[in-house]
Amino acid sequence: MSRRVVITGLGVCAPNGIGLEAFATSLQNGISGIRFQPKLAELNFGCQIAGEPLVPANMVNSYFTPLQLRGLNASGLVYGVIAGVDAWKDANLTIEHNKSPDWESGIIFGTGILGVDKFRESIHLIDNGDVRRLGSTSVVQTMASGISAYLGGILGCGNQVTTNSSACTTGTESILMGFERIATGKAERMLVGSCSDSGPYVWGGFDSLRILPRKFNDNPSKASRPMSATASGFVPGSGAGALVLESFESAKQRGAKIYAEVLGGAINSGGQRGGGSITAPNSEAVKRCIEDAICNSKILKSDIDTINGHLTATSKDATEIENWSAALERKGVDFPYINATKGTIGHCLAAAGSIECVASVLQFKNHYVYGNINSNDLHPDILDVIDAGRIPQKTLNHQPRILAKASFGFGDVNACVIFKAYNE
Amino acid sequence: MNKEERYQKLQEIIKVYLPEDISETDITSESHLINELNINSANLVDIVLDVEDAFGIAIENDDMDQMETVKNALLIIDKKLSDK
Repeated sequence: MSRRVVITGLGVCAPNGIGLEAFATSLQNGISGIRFQPKLAELNFGCQIAGEPLVPANMVNSYFTPLQLRGLNASGLVYGVIAGVDAWKDANLTIEHNKSPDWESGIIFGTGILGVDKFRESIHLIDNGDVRRLGSTSVVQTMASGISAYLGGILGCGNQVTTNSSACTTGTESILMGFERIATGKAERMLVGSCSDSGPYVWGGFDSLRILPRKFNDNPSKASRPMSATASGFVPGSGAGALVLESFESAKQRGAKIYAEVLGGAINSGGQRGGGSITAPNSEAVKRCIEDAICNSKILKSDIDTINGHLTATSKDATEIENWSAALERKGVDFPYINATKGTIGHCLAAAGSIECVASVLQFKNHYVYGNINSNDLHPDILDVIDAGRIPQKTLNHQPRILAKASFGFGDVNACVIFKAYNE
Repeated sequence: MNKEERYQKLQEIIKVYLPEDISETDITSESHLINELNINSANLVDIVLDVEDAFGIAIENDDMDQMETVKNALLIIDKKLSDK
C-alpha cells in the first residue's frame, strides 16, 4: 500500500522571518537574519555572529498559556511551538478540546538537544544542593521529546507523537518519517519538522572545532557564503520549521490547499567509511542517497529542475556539488537550478532541514527560485562542474516542477526528499 | 499578616495552576487541590516552591504529603510561620 502524500500546511520561525510572509519576503529579497551576538563576544567566542529568530516578547503569549510560560527557558521549544502551531493553522486544521484526541494525526518533530538554558539552570541548582528547587518544568523542557510532547498536547494528536534526532539531517529526516507513516496508511496527517535552541551552549562546541567564520564579526550579513571561493565556515543558527503532511484523500476531503506533493526520498549513512567520518560525509553514501531518493520517487534524473542543497559555506560545498552532479549525471548548463538557504539564515543545525524544506516548498507557491547571497565569487571547483547560470544570484521567476532537497549531518548521515508541484 | 491575608496570598499562588475549566472563584478553603481544582499533580511541587518563596518558610517532604486541601496548606503555613 502506498498512498499519495501532500503538503497542506507550513510554519516557520527563522532568523530572517517569523511566519510565512516575513520569511518568504526575506528569501525573495536576500535579506539576512545573521546578526552580531554581544553574548558570544562577552564569552570570547571566535565567531560572534549567529542567525537567531527575533521572537517578540508578546508573541509567545498567544502560543503558550500563562502556566506554560512560568519558568520557560527553552528557546528551541518556543521556536518549535510557534512553527508547529502555525503550520497546523495554515493547513486550516482546528484545535479541539474533545475528550478523545485526533487518532489520525501524529507528530514527528526533531531536535538535536532541547532546553539547554533550562538544563544549565537546573545544573546550577543541583550542584548547589537545591535539587528540590527544580520544580515541575525541568524535565519537560529538557527532554529531547519535549517539543513533540508540547505540540502533541496543544494540538491533541492521538497518532504517533515522537522526536527524531540525527544532527543536521534531523528536519529532512522527520519529513521522510512522517511521509512513510501516511504512505503506509498508519496516519492521515503528520505534523513534521524540527527545532534547534539558540545560544552559546549550543554553538560553543562548533566554535571550539574552529569551523565557524571568525573574520565577519563586524560584517555579519556577509559571513555565510555558500559555494563561494571565500567561504570560511558555517554561521551558527537556530529556529524551527514545520510542515503538515497529509494523505491526498484527507486533503481532498477537507478541501485543503495543497502546496506540493512529497514523492518520496531516501535516508542512509556512510558508515564513517570511505572518506566519511563522524564529521564528514562519505561521498559514495551521499550520491547513493540522492540516487535512491530518485528511484523511490519513481522519477528520472532529468526530471529534477530545482535543488536546495545542504551547502553550509565550508570548503565541502564543492564536494557536495560534485556529488549532486555525479548522482544526477548532469553538469554544466544541464544542471538544475541550485540554491542554498544558509546564505541568509546560517546553519540552523537540527532545524536546518525543516526550515530549508519550508523555503523550498514556498518556491512552488510563489513561482520562484530564491536567489543565493554572498556567492557571487563562486568557488572555481564548482564552476568546473556546473554553469554559473544555474546558481541564481538573484531571485528568478521559475516554476519548479520537481525539487530535490538534501541534508547531511554529523555521524555521516544523509537524507534526500523529492517534492513535486501539485497537479491532480 | 492575618489569616485572611494568608488565605489571599495562597489563593494568588494556586490560581496560576488552575486548568482552563476551573475559575479562581471555585477556590474555597475546603477545596481539594487535585480532586476538585483539577490541578496537575506535577504542579504541586511548584505550588510548594511558590509558597516557600512567598511566606519565607521551608516545607519538608512530609508536610508536602499533607497539603491536599487549601485548608491543610494553610494549617501547614501557619505552623511554619509560628515556628519561625
